[in-house]
Amino acid sequence: MENLLSVQNLTKRFGPVTANDGVNLEVRKGEIHCLFGENGAGKSTLSSCLYGYYRADSGVIRFKGEVAELNSPADALRLGIGMVHQHFVLVSNFTVLENIIVGSAGTGLFLTKSDARRKISELCESCGLSIDLDREIWELSVGEQQWVEILKALYFGAELLILDEPTAVLTPQQSDQLFRILDGMRMRGLSIILISHKLREVMQSDRVTILRKGRAIATVETSETTAEAITALMVGHKVSKHVRDRSVEPAGEVLAVDRACAIGEWGEDILKDVSFNIGRHEILGLAGVAGNGQKELFETLMGVRALSSGGFSLEGEAITKPTSREMLDRGIGFVPDDRSLEGLIPEFGAAENLILGWQRAREYCRGPFLDRRKMDALARRKIEEFKVVTASADLPVERLSGGNAQRIILAREFLHSRGLLLANQPTRGLDVAASEFVYEKILEKRAAGFAVLLASEELDDLLRLCDRIAVIFKGRIMGIVRPEETTLLELGMMMAGDAKDVQRTVQ
Amino acid sequence: MLELMQGPLLISILAAMVRIATPLLFSAMGELVTQRAGIWNISVEGTMLLGAVVAYVVASTTGSPWLALLVAVLACALISLIMSFVTIVLKAEQFVAGLALNLLASGLTLFWFQTYVIGREPPKFAGFEQVDIPFLSDIPILGPVLFSQRALTYVSFLLPPLVWFFLYRTRYGLEVRCVGENPKALDVKGLGVGRRQCLAIMFGSLMSGLGGAFLMLGYSDRFVPDLIAGRGWLVVVAIIAGNWMPFRIVGAIFIFALLEAVGIHAQVVGVAIPHHVFLVLPYVASLALLAGLRSRTHQPVALGIPYSRE
Repeated sequence: MENLLSVQNLTKRFGPVTANDGVNLEVRKGEIHCLFGENGAGKSTLSSCLYGYYRADSGVIRFKGEVAELNSPADALRLGIGMVHQHFVLVSNFTVLENIIVGSAGTGLFLTKSDARRKISELCESCGLSIDLDREIWELSVGEQQWVEILKALYFGAELLILDEPTAVLTPQQSDQLFRILDGMRMRGLSIILISHKLREVMQSDRVTILRKGRAIATVETSETTAEAITALMVGHKVSKHVRDRSVEPAGEVLAVDRACAIGEWGEDILKDVSFNIGRHEILGLAGVAGNGQKELFETLMGVRALSSGGFSLEGEAITKPTSREMLDRGIGFVPDDRSLEGLIPEFGAAENLILGWQRAREYCRGPFLDRRKMDALARRKIEEFKVVTASADLPVERLSGGNAQRIILAREFLHSRGLLLANQPTRGLDVAASEFVYEKILEKRAAGFAVLLASEELDDLLRLCDRIAVIFKGRIMGIVRPEETTLLELGMMMAGDAKDVQRTVQ
Repeated sequence: MLELMQGPLLISILAAMVRIATPLLFSAMGELVTQRAGIWNISVEGTMLLGAVVAYVVASTTGSPWLALLVAVLACALISLIMSFVTIVLKAEQFVAGLALNLLASGLTLFWFQTYVIGREPPKFAGFEQVDIPFLSDIPILGPVLFSQRALTYVSFLLPPLVWFFLYRTRYGLEVRCVGENPKALDVKGLGVGRRQCLAIMFGSLMSGLGGAFLMLGYSDRFVPDLIAGRGWLVVVAIIAGNWMPFRIVGAIFIFALLEAVGIHAQVVGVAIPHHVFLVLPYVASLALLAGLRSRTHQPVALGIPYSRE
């Protein structure tokens, strides 16, 4: 089969960091080719080079057999290489039509929308998409917004479509639909490069190229390999996935939330009648598409956002009007979803970040002053215990990798928490090995008798770690299920707003 | 207050409103395009002043108001390159850059004024004359209000529809709005964000210069350092009050101009309300609008945020 795209020896450096190191890649006409690798393996850099957003330092890119000079995205578009970004690049108060045609050449001075409309309708039909071109982007669901991104690329005549982690924001159903669309495009002879770190998606591709530390390790036919083999290639060694210890049964009640409601800035419901409880030795998973109230739920439990009605109790004691100070003092550990914005102060070193929130505690102070020696001793101890890779305890944590930064947050939150741990997306943006380390530590806390609330977008992880899983949709709990009694399909339906039969919600 | 409503005085007030609104219209339509391209250029006041100074110098040396207007506009277009360099190339804080330009303009003007103007014989000066449009100017009330104005006033009436058409009906307008809302959406299609912003700043600047020059040449017979007297800031306020939409901005400007016209006439007639009350009203009204309309704002999303590829 002929190659549509071939990349030889592509190298891209950012200062001292080599993001792509002599990468070779060949994409055939009419195939779905997956780029698979951990975070920082160079997937996104490679795709940015392929559509002209970055210029490769060296190497040759051939498209349809000819050397392609990709100096800007315009060059890539002209050749027929289109990109669908992970974070959509759309103007939210433009219509679908305007988003697609803005920047297109050859329409003359005036906007001739009728021709564009006809062309886009044809594209929609051939891909099996149905979308109202006159609606504004903010009115669309996330899945529909992604279609607009795809249509944008196709409108410019893309023959090779690059999708960067396209399912990160989709429910399982939406992502199935996306794959049906991609399949149809492959049938029409289009080639697709799919960037992903989700094994389930990788296995739906034709071939996989595995990247590790900026190098292309191998390209394999998907039908001739297994998920385990690909994962081993990706990390360079076998990864053992942690599962919860089923011999330990949850007991008692640490946290009980009773019909908690919260109202947003414009009077809309952010949380509506949220009720659940968590016992000792229990991990309660919180599944949901990002932005359905998870963050707000954590914020109310930590006392930084007020409830409009309802409430919660901790160890049987009702909490009214909590403050964050009070919640810290009650021994709640909190891992926020945004490491650099809420979890850490990026300019501070490990030692300073480790005592955040406890800077007034007597153990780190001498009179009104901080006791540097005790802080440094603590930092050294924790860096060793949590295997943090850092040059020194004073190195600003912004210079650490995501996994190492997260270890510092865990170390701090574990140090002072007693009984309840709230973790919102603790593995977001982490690679497999770093994620497993986080899960290992959380499972240790479960074994020690903690109650844990764990929100994640990785359903597979929730299924193997949690005792029960609550699904949240638009601020409402759609149901609470046991992992062994549910399926991905059912979770997906609930994540899209299908309420579970009330009787089957487990306590 | 009632005496202000009587016939001849009412006509005088309305004619003054149109007269006051004209330079504001020029500056506001220019600044609107700049802001829709995502640039918070608050140097309108300083640019208008620069346009007025240049117009004054050229008009008093050559005697041609049209040449003076042309040179003033060109000078302001040129000076906009400073703003473009600082905000687009250096990606500096736009607000601070605009503030600096304002201070620079007023400082240099004062220096020039004290060195070359004060204590000398004021030069002979020919500004724009009133142009009555045949027949139309004879219509009662409407005639003297709308059709006995300066030539450029008639041009300023055409400007808002033209700017509206540009922004909403041409592909370049769509691209400008796109830059103001989400510059990356244009960048990923390989179209230069900086170039479009630079042109938008230049257009805004030359329109501000036009407004300032017209203020000088149309309505003044000598130069005073506080000729602009806050009109540039009023333009910025009008854009906020008009919610970044061309015709609403025109509405805001005419309301502001009416307030000022009433203020002037109230003084003449001797109404016991201080003139300053009327001058302050536009700002108070805009503050109230800003506080109340936050949810329905059309403010460009990327306004004031320097764009760079991450």
